[in-house]
Amino acid sequence: MIKMLVPFGIFVALVIMLIAGLDTAEERQLVASPLIDKPVPTFELPGLYEPNVQRSNADFVGQPWILNVWGSWCWACRVEHPFVERLGREAGVPLVGFNWKDEREDALEWIDRYGDAWTTHVVDFEGRSAIDLGVYGAPETFLIDHQGIIRHKHIGPIDQTIFNDLMRRIMELRSEAESA
Amino acid sequence: MKSTTGRFSFFAVTSVLGLILGTSLGWASAITPYEFNDPANEARFQALSRELRCTVCQNQSLADSDAPLAQDLRRELYEMIQDGRADMEIRQFMVDRYGEFVLYRPPIASHTLLLWAGPFIMLLIGIAIGLITIKRRRKAL
Repeated sequence: MIKMLVPFGIFVALVIMLIAGLDTAEERQLVASPLIDKPVPTFELPGLYEPNVQRSNADFVGQPWILNVWGSWCWACRVEHPFVERLGREAGVPLVGFNWKDEREDALEWIDRYGDAWTTHVVDFEGRSAIDLGVYGAPETFLIDHQGIIRHKHIGPIDQTIFNDLMRRIMELRSEAESA
Repeated sequence: MKSTTGRFSFFAVTSVLGLILGTSLGWASAITPYEFNDPANEARFQALSRELRCTVCQNQSLADSDAPLAQDLRRELYEMIQDGRADMEIRQFMVDRYGEFVLYRPPIASHTLLLWAGPFIMLLIGIAIGLITIKRRRKAL
């Protein structure tokens, strides 16, 4: 009798393991960035309003900053936009828009319609700097400390929970920068 | 009448075959807009684009995917091969940016040991169970 229960026990154990796995299934789809705790890859990219002005990662060293990957073609960027706007207003650090694989006119039109939440923009039309950053989808949000080290990356749209988490991390980075 | 239906089914079969062939060939032509002077380099390009994962469309390789990011990564791959970079260097380039997840063939390391050894361990367990059962049945006879 007890022997017959063994396969049943194994079955129950498997079901429990599979159900437990469901919880983290979505997380496992995300590619954890190997760039966390590494310096921001160097980039030199034109601005959005000023295509002739080149901006590089060195321009932002000395204070924490946020890099937010977006594109006018990106549907989820519209979803997160209210929270990106709040980041721009409340974070107290530069919020750099990384306009990825977009057409300039489309990007400007998008901003006209939904509002420009960012401090400034860099434009990566060809997507080369995006590869250096390990970007694989928009939106993505990087938090970078005052020494230019990537400290956190969020993949996907920002919602209320993520916003709170990002704000907490930014405050930490700000106090780190102040005590340095 | 009979012959027309026969001919019709012949056409049906050939067109279905053509469709199958066409789609499988279409795949091959979609991924090689790049020209190589050296056929060995082209072979390397094909092999690498097949063993690197497209991170946006996670269960496809760079070779299978037509996502914009996959196109960018294929361009990067092409340029690195033309630059004469080694396969290992190219793999490392991708891993540095996207993590080991991009490799369809994960490296053998301490944290992937279970992954590589797992099937063999399962096989051994299976053989052991099999042997024990056979022994018991023999005894019962």
